[in-house]
Amino acid sequence: MASPIVQLPEVQLRPLLVSYDAAIRARRLQSLLVLACIVAAVMLSSISAEVSLPKLFGNIGNFTSYIGRLFHLDSGGLVFTDPVEWYWGIARWLRLLGETLLMAYVGTALGTIGAFFLCFLGAANVAPRPWARLVARRFCELCRTVPELVFALMFVIAFGLGPLPGVLAMAIHTVGALGKLFAEVVENIDMKPVEGVSATGASWQAAMRFGALPQTLSNFVSYALLRFEINVRSATVLGFVGAGGIGMDLIEAIRKFYYSDVSAIIVLIIITVSVIDTATSYVRHRLIGGEERH
Amino acid sequence: MANRPSVDLAAIRGRHPHHFGASGRERRLTLALGAGGLLLLLIGMGVFGFFGSTFWLGLGKLGEVVGLMIPPNPGSWNRAGLFAMSLVETIAISFLGTLGAAILAVPLGLLAANNVTTAKVLHFFARRSLDTIRSVDILIWALIWVNVVGLGPFAGVLAIMTSDMGNFGKLFSEAIEAADRRPVEGIVSTGGGRILGIRFGILPEVFPVLASQVLYFFESNTRSATIIGIVGAGGIGLHLAEAIRTLELQQASFLILMILVAVAAIDIVSNQLRFALIGRRSVVV
Repeated sequence: MASPIVQLPEVQLRPLLVSYDAAIRARRLQSLLVLACIVAAVMLSSISAEVSLPKLFGNIGNFTSYIGRLFHLDSGGLVFTDPVEWYWGIARWLRLLGETLLMAYVGTALGTIGAFFLCFLGAANVAPRPWARLVARRFCELCRTVPELVFALMFVIAFGLGPLPGVLAMAIHTVGALGKLFAEVVENIDMKPVEGVSATGASWQAAMRFGALPQTLSNFVSYALLRFEINVRSATVLGFVGAGGIGMDLIEAIRKFYYSDVSAIIVLIIITVSVIDTATSYVRHRLIGGEERH
Repeated sequence: MANRPSVDLAAIRGRHPHHFGASGRERRLTLALGAGGLLLLLIGMGVFGFFGSTFWLGLGKLGEVVGLMIPPNPGSWNRAGLFAMSLVETIAISFLGTLGAAILAVPLGLLAANNVTTAKVLHFFARRSLDTIRSVDILIWALIWVNVVGLGPFAGVLAIMTSDMGNFGKLFSEAIEAADRRPVEGIVSTGGGRILGIRFGILPEVFPVLASQVLYFFESNTRSATIIGIVGAGGIGLHLAEAIRTLELQQASFLILMILVAVAAIDIVSNQLRFALIGRRSVVV
């Protein structure tokens, strides 16, 4: 049967096939080695983290029944059948949710202001002094790596229970996270406008204001909005350590097994976060899209 | 400077009115937005007591607290050993959680990618459920899992796995959507089916991107794993919360230092691995 595909003669084909097989075998061996390392790491970690699959499969029924219980009222009916009973605490929860959003806003705004002033010091291309850059970088790293909740725990000791320590914790974490991102934005700018402004004899501040800032502003706003979205999510749990917001009611409901309250609050949180998510991503796309059109 | 030619600003303004006048509406809008934002910030700060005596008293107290944290000191060798063990546990939680989430997220990402899942309804529901998982914070998941499998690090692993499944699912689906269509078409044209198209056309292309995202999250999950202990889901957070609440502040600062070092180490290792995978590109997250 004549094949339309031209076949190489056997003599030429053999060495090609041999080298192909060798190359494939080498790659297989490499993949297997990586896989073996991962498996070993998983085994070791499983011992340390007390993972037991029998426990998971034995208790997985608990998970579904727990989720099921979340959606049942005390009277036994499904929550959707009696929304008034389900959301009996709506006024209080909405107030707390409002507080949570305001906490996220103030925390993000304060953090953004802090990060804004730090980023020009921390960017390699425009930093006025090498030591200023080092200090700004390390400070951002410290603020970023220590989890918000740890700051919140410490601030609760100092400022007492309430939203104030939560806002401060969020602001500090935001300074760290945004300081790094902002500095990266500044490092990626076109230096020619900055040089141009400096060449007219302008001070460093003026060079930053008229040379660097116009190139970075839309990215700054976009990152700040992204951070706001993240902060809304984390503000919902700051209440777990007594730092304000809806988390206080949520953890109480979870700990005291007020099942329908738990689901009511979580559904509220999910709706709020989704709305904020959609709104910020709309604004961000418009901002960045607008920049690309120029 | 003295004999600089004088600039006739008025004439230049006359010649380029476009650059000087214009965009008044946009400018007013920006100013109004900025003023509104600032007002809201000030109101918020007022509501939360930034301008009251609580704030200043608290600052003084905070100074005291920070003073008490220095020097970091675990107390005894016994406790230092205990802390080190729980740090290892934290890293183990983060590793297992990240890996588990990554494995579970691959099929989810394929489902949520509009170039793989052509059924609109399926695609929509996959997207929405990923968003729902993502909008619940990891600590809430940890609390729920503690109720299911009991206190301990296993609940932490499951919490990280659940919350990252949402993150990874979204990121993976975006990476898959950005993948080139042509390799798949090539495979389909040789008679390969859809599954083979995904296996040989899409996976080899997106795998390095996915792996780098997973490595990136390993570091941030280690940070999350340090706090889930606060709700009893294992790791170093339990000791940290206890040390802060019982005002053993030197131990607390020692623990924070341990966390900083561990996270920095993981950051370096995962960065090296990432560079090996995708070069010095930044990860899209």
